[in-house]
Amino acid sequence: MEIKEVSNLSSIQINLSEGGATKRRTRPLELMAIAATGAALSFGLAGCSSNPPATQAATPDTSKPSDASSTTTTTSTSTASTAVTGDTVKVGILHSLSGTMAISEVSVKDAEMMAINEINAKGGVMGKKIVPVVEDGASDWPTFKTKAEKLLTQDKVAAVFGCWTSVSRKTVLPVFEKYNGLLWYPVQYEGMETSPNIFYTGATTNQQISPAVDWLLKNGKKKFFLLGSDYVFPRTANAEIKAQLKANGGTLVGEEYTPLGHREYSTLVDKIKAAKPDVVFNTLNGDSNVEFFKQLKAVGLTAKDLPTMSVSIAEPEIRAIGPDKLAGHWAVWNYFETTNTPENKKFVTDLKAANPKTPVTDDPMEAGYFGVYLWKAAVEKAKSFDVDKVKAASDGITFKAPEGEIKIDGKTHHTWKTVRIGVVGADGQFKEIWNSGKPVKPDPYLDTYPWGKGLKDKLVHTA
Amino acid sequence: MNSDAFISNLFNSLSLGSILLLIALGLAITFGLMRVINMAHGEFIMAGAYVAYVTQNLFHRLPAQFFGWFLIVALPCAFLVTAVMGWLLEMTVIRRLYGRPLDTLLATWGVSIMLQQLARSIFGSMGVNVETPAWLDGHWQMGHLAVPYNRVFIMVVALVCLAGMYLFLYYSHTGRRIQAVMQNRDMAACLGISTRKIDALAFAVGSGLAGIAGCALTLLSSIDSNLGTKYIVDSFMVVVLGGVGRLIGTVAGAIGMGALNTGWEYETTASLGKVLTFVCVMLFLQWKPMGMFTTRTRALD
Repeated sequence: MEIKEVSNLSSIQINLSEGGATKRRTRPLELMAIAATGAALSFGLAGCSSNPPATQAATPDTSKPSDASSTTTTTSTSTASTAVTGDTVKVGILHSLSGTMAISEVSVKDAEMMAINEINAKGGVMGKKIVPVVEDGASDWPTFKTKAEKLLTQDKVAAVFGCWTSVSRKTVLPVFEKYNGLLWYPVQYEGMETSPNIFYTGATTNQQISPAVDWLLKNGKKKFFLLGSDYVFPRTANAEIKAQLKANGGTLVGEEYTPLGHREYSTLVDKIKAAKPDVVFNTLNGDSNVEFFKQLKAVGLTAKDLPTMSVSIAEPEIRAIGPDKLAGHWAVWNYFETTNTPENKKFVTDLKAANPKTPVTDDPMEAGYFGVYLWKAAVEKAKSFDVDKVKAASDGITFKAPEGEIKIDGKTHHTWKTVRIGVVGADGQFKEIWNSGKPVKPDPYLDTYPWGKGLKDKLVHTA
Repeated sequence: MNSDAFISNLFNSLSLGSILLLIALGLAITFGLMRVINMAHGEFIMAGAYVAYVTQNLFHRLPAQFFGWFLIVALPCAFLVTAVMGWLLEMTVIRRLYGRPLDTLLATWGVSIMLQQLARSIFGSMGVNVETPAWLDGHWQMGHLAVPYNRVFIMVVALVCLAGMYLFLYYSHTGRRIQAVMQNRDMAACLGISTRKIDALAFAVGSGLAGIAGCALTLLSSIDSNLGTKYIVDSFMVVVLGGVGRLIGTVAGAIGMGALNTGWEYETTASLGKVLTFVCVMLFLQWKPMGMFTTRTRALD
């Protein structure tokens, strides 16, 4: 090209010309290094927002025991005294309102805010109006920790409603134990955890995963393929499923994990086809589900050829994946938007009216919603906002939630919940095909199951 | 690996390669030619995907027989929308930061975060679905290999974009001017080319290609505000692996990454496969730091 021929000349000119022109030339190598840094930066962010260190302290920070216990005593009294000012009481809301997890957590925040507004409209808690302090965990675990500390030590809130991912919960757990705070956690999770300072309003394993496995085995699905995202929840859940399969006559024909945010499922679907399972037990999290189900549909595998049981696909995910791709597949939860209770009809109508951008409701939103009511009930029973008194009063409290009646189990701080299996219909809603008939007692360590013996020692890593 | 598995892996490699090529083509211009590190490239992909979503919703109002065409209409729309976005970004931010790669990196990263929040504010935080048009829903069964129409369609779009880019850059008047400016800015300016206009135009074209990629990817992927973050790393990797500044390099980089990813994932697991792919790329770049294809000019860099 002509231009190239004269380039020698111009490079001499460059030295003469000032500023911009000279600076525009950056060595390609240098550029690549910078680009790599940039890419790593964004990758790291995406990664850390979803890749939890699997075995973070499940027990309180024991490094400074004396320090922790002394603050506990001082703050527990001060929490109660300063959360309440005049005729208001402060509570914290701690969710990711930005970043990767905002997709899921914003709607839970909306549900919790709606509960607070409803309670306030009816006169508040013990005559005090609830003032929510909303903090953004920003899908970043250290931020969750900082914000939790801020809520407990500066705002001195009476309770916090928040978190979604297990890793965010495990990150703030030591903070809540150190300052004797109270966290209401609304999402189903992998079990193997209890804390005196956390109430779990979502399902633990024996209220979601184990009943689903039993149901599948009973319906002749013996050969399981376990597919999950590569982090703490699927790996723990699958370890539990494998123990259950071994004891109850199921077989494992494959087990695969994909990185969070993985989006290429052609190879994986080939592997599943080759393994010929009766059912795929799907613990994929987030949008990977979309790519997985779109690929299943594209190669012509319907729910009839290859049914799947999912534990992380709720109504919003169906909407994002497209009901045509999910029709006939199963999911297990404690609540569906279609759950037929008078409380749920009101909940669905009110929530959609208050949040036009939330076109559907789901299980974690519902658990976030009734968590606020459970706290209110516990406070009123204790006749105090003091954390220790609220905890002591919590056992046996019942509430008519949208999913039906639930009850706090004082020993484990979990709730009794009804288990439901639904099949996805063409309208994007679940049709319930099985339920446990009555609320199931929470058993986070699976102690009451013969096959669950020893799982606790294997799966709970104490710091 | 038996022959069935080999054939399906071969197809999967080419399919993944075509996806990577599509997402990296725009970067081949903005990063490869212009040397601008645009962290908002992923968000242009996201914008393209949302254009497909909006187009689909508009087509729902038309009589049903037209619905199948929405994707075809969405592709040029996505190109236009993201090209305008790219043009605005160039005019307002990048223009002021030429030659300061680190500042560009940070500024465009900030822009990418703002665009993500904007998408969340407009479309809500929940993911949305773009339906697959009926004519792309299905597959050919060839022995054990199922060839989905949507993946073939993406291959075709990638090839068309590649051919278009090639003709544009090497044969059109404007394309040659872009090349002239990128290779020797001062000389091109001396010859009467408005380098500012060319910069803006090249950046707009690169961004527009990201929009097309986003639009086509709705066939495979979810659409939410984080869509871009999932693609940005791979797209830079493809351009760097292939060699900055050469279109053929981007093609080779995309196919290479596609084959490595598929092969390793088949032999090991998805997580390990990704790690091994990156290790391979790193080792390759140790051996050939400039990537597979390098630009040779007489300019003193």
